[in-house]
Amino acid sequence: MNYLLIIGITLFVVLSIAAGLIWIERRLLSVWQDRLGPNRVGPFGLFQVIADTIKLFFKEDWVPPFSDKPVFILAPGILMVTILLTFAVIPFAPDFYVFDSNIGILFFLGNSSLGVYSIVLGGWASNNKYSFIGAMRASAQMLTYEVFMGLSLMGVVMMADSFSFRAIVEAQKDCWFIIPQFFGFVVFFIAGVAETHRLPFDIPEAEGELIAGYHSEYSGMKFGMFFVGEYLGVTLISAIIATLFFGGWLGPSFLPPAFWFFLKTFFFIFVFILLRASLPRPRYDQLMSLGWKLLLPLALLNILITGAVLLFLK
Amino acid sequence: MNNTDRNILSEIASAFGDNAILYHQLTKDDTPTIWIEKNSLVKVLQHLKNGISEPYKMLFDLTGIDERTRTHLNGQPKCDFTVVYHLTSFERNEDIRIKVPLKENDLQLPTITNVWESANWYEREVYDMFGIDFTGHPKLTRILMPRSWKGFPLRKEHPARATELAPYVLTETMRDEEEADLKFNPAEYRMETKSEDSDFMFLNIGPQHPGTHGLLRLIVQLHGEDIVDIIPDIGFHHRGAEKMGERQSWHTYIPYTDRIDYLSGVINNHAYLLSVEKLAGIKIPERADVIRIMMSELFRIASHLVWIGTFAQDMGQMSPVFYAFNDRERVFDIVSAITGGRMHPSWFRIGGVAHDLPDGWEKLVQSFVDYFPKRLKEYDKLIIKNSIFKARTVGIGVYTTEEAIEWGITGSGLRATGYNWDYRRKRPYSRYEDFDFEIPLGKNGDCYDRAIVRMEEMRQSLRIVQQCINNMPAGHYKSDHPLTVPPRKEKTMQDIETLINHFVNVSWGPVIPVGEAMVPIEGAKGINGYYLISDGSTSSYRSRIRTPSFPHMQMLPFISKGYTIPDLLSILGAMDFVLADLDR
Repeated sequence: MNYLLIIGITLFVVLSIAAGLIWIERRLLSVWQDRLGPNRVGPFGLFQVIADTIKLFFKEDWVPPFSDKPVFILAPGILMVTILLTFAVIPFAPDFYVFDSNIGILFFLGNSSLGVYSIVLGGWASNNKYSFIGAMRASAQMLTYEVFMGLSLMGVVMMADSFSFRAIVEAQKDCWFIIPQFFGFVVFFIAGVAETHRLPFDIPEAEGELIAGYHSEYSGMKFGMFFVGEYLGVTLISAIIATLFFGGWLGPSFLPPAFWFFLKTFFFIFVFILLRASLPRPRYDQLMSLGWKLLLPLALLNILITGAVLLFLK
Repeated sequence: MNNTDRNILSEIASAFGDNAILYHQLTKDDTPTIWIEKNSLVKVLQHLKNGISEPYKMLFDLTGIDERTRTHLNGQPKCDFTVVYHLTSFERNEDIRIKVPLKENDLQLPTITNVWESANWYEREVYDMFGIDFTGHPKLTRILMPRSWKGFPLRKEHPARATELAPYVLTETMRDEEEADLKFNPAEYRMETKSEDSDFMFLNIGPQHPGTHGLLRLIVQLHGEDIVDIIPDIGFHHRGAEKMGERQSWHTYIPYTDRIDYLSGVINNHAYLLSVEKLAGIKIPERADVIRIMMSELFRIASHLVWIGTFAQDMGQMSPVFYAFNDRERVFDIVSAITGGRMHPSWFRIGGVAHDLPDGWEKLVQSFVDYFPKRLKEYDKLIIKNSIFKARTVGIGVYTTEEAIEWGITGSGLRATGYNWDYRRKRPYSRYEDFDFEIPLGKNGDCYDRAIVRMEEMRQSLRIVQQCINNMPAGHYKSDHPLTVPPRKEKTMQDIETLINHFVNVSWGPVIPVGEAMVPIEGAKGINGYYLISDGSTSSYRSRIRTPSFPHMQMLPFISKGYTIPDLLSILGAMDFVLADLDR
């Protein structure tokens, strides 16, 4: 298939999902919170997404005079770019992917590390105390979860004997990795929530404390990029969980593989939203001590045991 | 004069000589009230706090009175201003009021901040409102009014209405000056701007901030995210409620009280009216009392629901606030069926309540009483037992019983330290003594204990409401006392006396007999009381509102030091304050 077409389709699908999540999240939250949510614009309020997008485009795009302008403008873009790039290595179906990198997982981890720059730079360049505290928290949080996020995936890599997402999915033909790699999954899931800065780990934003944290000063479409970037992040982490632990596109053959892939991805997106609806936010030092004292040892232990078992089976 | 009265007076007389007490004033609420010279003020207060057995440990209230236009002096020393110190002894279950007379040309008296640290804000308020100087006060500046304010609002010559002043114009220079006034200067508070190894950050939280629940400004001195000190800047919500009391008739002031602690509606009416009725000597029929209790307890539940919802919201939990507001709406359904109003029904009246209960009220209230325990269990599971919630609240914002009393903390905040003190039990009013309920207590005095105490209080309030349903007495909902407003109508057309009373009370408003009284009650947030002075006219001579949020907020810097910004939100959330209650 034509490369450009595939890239086009991937971008379209991914961005539509992210935009659609605005509506999905608001409706789901309202169902769980005994209220109606957006139901006025179009059928079931579906056009709310369009209304919101138009609103974001027409809002005044204010750059604070006291900010560091080039960095301030650049920051939201970094987030979008790094997340969208990662989608390139994720296979939606056996023969539908932008490119099958043999270092796919490393590519994802590298991009997610770069994504934090967006938040740190955005918060720093805003020259606002709340944004600054948010940025500081984001970098502290990143240092914590990046370490065990990478380690938690090594078990999967060892079992599939490859860094390629495609090879990993194919290695799950007999058994999804959620079973042998249960601890890896738990650690990765928690790291993934932290990575996307979603409740309960929205510590850099912490609206009750820091107003809007690192993006307090952002408005218009620059804010929109952070906003959509968050949903892209949720979609990405859900897609990766589905791919690495739940067999990606694998599923009974009466439906196309892409269907199974999206079904699994959406399931985890809903879990993300449910988490947001139900949990309070821990303090940042509590997240860090959980990371260093519990999740890091757990991830290391997981590698040790996986390695031992694999050696034994050989 | 009763026994305890004589005791404390003789104790003071024996310690300071018979001449120490200038005058012993009789008040309608039987609180021993003595006048002393300002030279002996600090010594006497020191003695009452530390020198006697069963001491007066809490500075309950501190306020001033402008005496210059008072007509009924009843033998009290002649003076222009009085400063009133209201102390509470928990061991004696007794209060004492100490008054110090001041002359207009010498408006000075020594500060008592070295006796009670909590006197700090109260003295600032008296300075702000009356222009009385407290020598030795660490920082005597305006507290409720803006710094640029001219005059002292609670002085009698200060206008009470905007129409008595020239139209207000905000010029650009004025705006700039006001803005400059609000700029924070650490040197003014003698605060360090850096430690040995790093600079401090001064973070301005509020007046518009999602975590402050209203117009409250906190200037936080930060070392990293650790709180070094906090300067609360209050007064943004000040509406001159006490001054309004001097203009409104005794009757028309009721709706203003609703809006003091605007979450607990009629509980405020209750506090105000008990003081008025004490002055007027009105006995309330049993039915009216029980109706009042039932409505107060429903409002206590409504207020606690807002607290649990917003507290969880402060912790980052999104959903409980919706559940809690839904349930509060159910309470308001009952309130509106009975009173016609929702948040501020202004439904209690001098001598009773506005109407009798409507037909079928039992069913309505009973359905809520049956429904709500199940929801409380859900809140328990969702919030109180959540391990992240526990991690955010256990061991945060701790204070001991002694510290609480020192700072004037009352209500759930005091009971969370394990001290059993509830006015509904200790000084029962409106027949609370006839009800069977428990006073929930905490142990550690941290944010978590404050939360579980309030959760349990909702259950106990529900028990009281159930007892109200089961035992609602027959009888009248209003007293037959002539000062009841509006008076009973039965005899209006037959008897000239009643007709006159009716006419006077409705047209001018009732004339409440000369005297002073304060009947503090257990509000939803702590002890609430109206110290009313009647000069024999249709409105009060002075209406002092003692609210719980004021001392609670004053304690904030003391209990927040050393914690971090997220903990500050836990502490604020657990405090359960209302800005209108704080600034009045």
